[in-house]
Amino acid sequence: MAFHEIKLTVNGGLEQVRIPSNMTLLRMLRESLALTGTKNGCSAGECGACTVLLNGEPVNSCMVLAVECDGAEVVTVEGLAGDQQLDPVQEAIIHSGGVQCGFCTPGVLISSRALLDRNPDPSEEEISEALVGNLCRCTGYIRIIEGVKEAARIQTARS
Amino acid sequence: MTTHTHPTLPEFDYIQPKTLAEASQFLAQHPDEARPFLGGTDVFVRMRDGFLTPKFLVDVKNLDGTNDLRFDPQAGLTLGAAVNMNRVIASPDVQEHYPLLAEACRLVASYQLRTRATVVGNICNASPAGDTIGACLALDGVLHVHGTGGLRREPLATFFLGPGKTTLKPGDIVTAVSFPVPPKGCAGAYLKLGRNKLSDLSLVGVTVLGSPDPGLPSRFRFRIVLASVAPVPLVAAQAEAVLAERAVAPESIRQAAQLASEASTPIDDVRASARYRKLMVRNLTEMALTEVWKKLQK
Repeated sequence: MAFHEIKLTVNGGLEQVRIPSNMTLLRMLRESLALTGTKNGCSAGECGACTVLLNGEPVNSCMVLAVECDGAEVVTVEGLAGDQQLDPVQEAIIHSGGVQCGFCTPGVLISSRALLDRNPDPSEEEISEALVGNLCRCTGYIRIIEGVKEAARIQTARS
Repeated sequence: MTTHTHPTLPEFDYIQPKTLAEASQFLAQHPDEARPFLGGTDVFVRMRDGFLTPKFLVDVKNLDGTNDLRFDPQAGLTLGAAVNMNRVIASPDVQEHYPLLAEACRLVASYQLRTRATVVGNICNASPAGDTIGACLALDGVLHVHGTGGLRREPLATFFLGPGKTTLKPGDIVTAVSFPVPPKGCAGAYLKLGRNKLSDLSLVGVTVLGSPDPGLPSRFRFRIVLASVAPVPLVAAQAEAVLAERAVAPESIRQAAQLASEASTPIDDVRASARYRKLMVRNLTEMALTEVWKKLQK
């Protein structure tokens, strides 16, 4: 199988990785870069546990080949917080109790971040629709949705 | 037997050709071993499940013009093969002139899947359940195909041969799908029945596009396309004919819906029974036609 040398930016830092053709972005993040915050759930693009930002847009990293990310910019859950401060979505989800087992949380946070980037004041329906691809078996979603609403308020207050 | 719930992708070589000619040539030289791919949202799943084992995956996303989304008031809309569905949904031109296409894209899976999923990929995958295919057929989509013999145009109406089967030959790459300007005053609807409200595959999908047409006895022309109820996306021609001949009214709409149901040949599968699907074709077709008829009367 062919191997490829790629360069990409992950959470602001430049990375150079040698990967086989069949390695997904998810596996590269977890196994080559030890960024295990991004989770492997269904491996079929349905559960959203592996969601990361690729060039600013959310993708299921289990459904992207690492080799396709040459030159790209990737943000994982590890890259959301600043040095001194959590991202508004992190702060709000903690506060609203939108975390139970935590497995879906990295994906939920990334999808929520992406939503607030394109729509800083989403309605409840828009939040639900944006999180359709992030399955959570614990919370029943209500506190997650409350959290995203709160995150929008925190984000507005901070700006 | 061990069940691998998180299978890795089987081994293959990733090929990134620099030009369309190079891509076509490579695909033609490896007819049984190479496969073109765009977002991979169908291909990767089928590879993990063991249904596809290509030796080469040929990335056709970054080739000439495949990233363009263009609208021209005379020529209509051209969607490059690599244009993802979120871009289609967000395009002001699509929203204004082809809202049916945006509506169909919005009902595909989730936002993060649509970052990768493409309309052309949905078409080429040729699943009878493809959510965007009905809109593309109703809007008279034409594929731009690059093969070893150069470029050609292929109407969608004759493109689908069976589940996963199309008229494409080894070496063919669909570079875009284009649509003429839709008929003046048209209105559309896509009703999708899944096991949940959003994100599931369709058990039944009904696409309807209606437009005023003074040349027809009823003075209206309707296109009706059914998803997930035949080996190919099904145009309900007899149902369309009824609404062209008879005055559009609740009775003719019901008759058309019944004909659409009779034309469908669904199968029993893990998601629904054939009998249920046939009934739902009737109900959803009636609902979609009624909705479109209301919009047309405004």
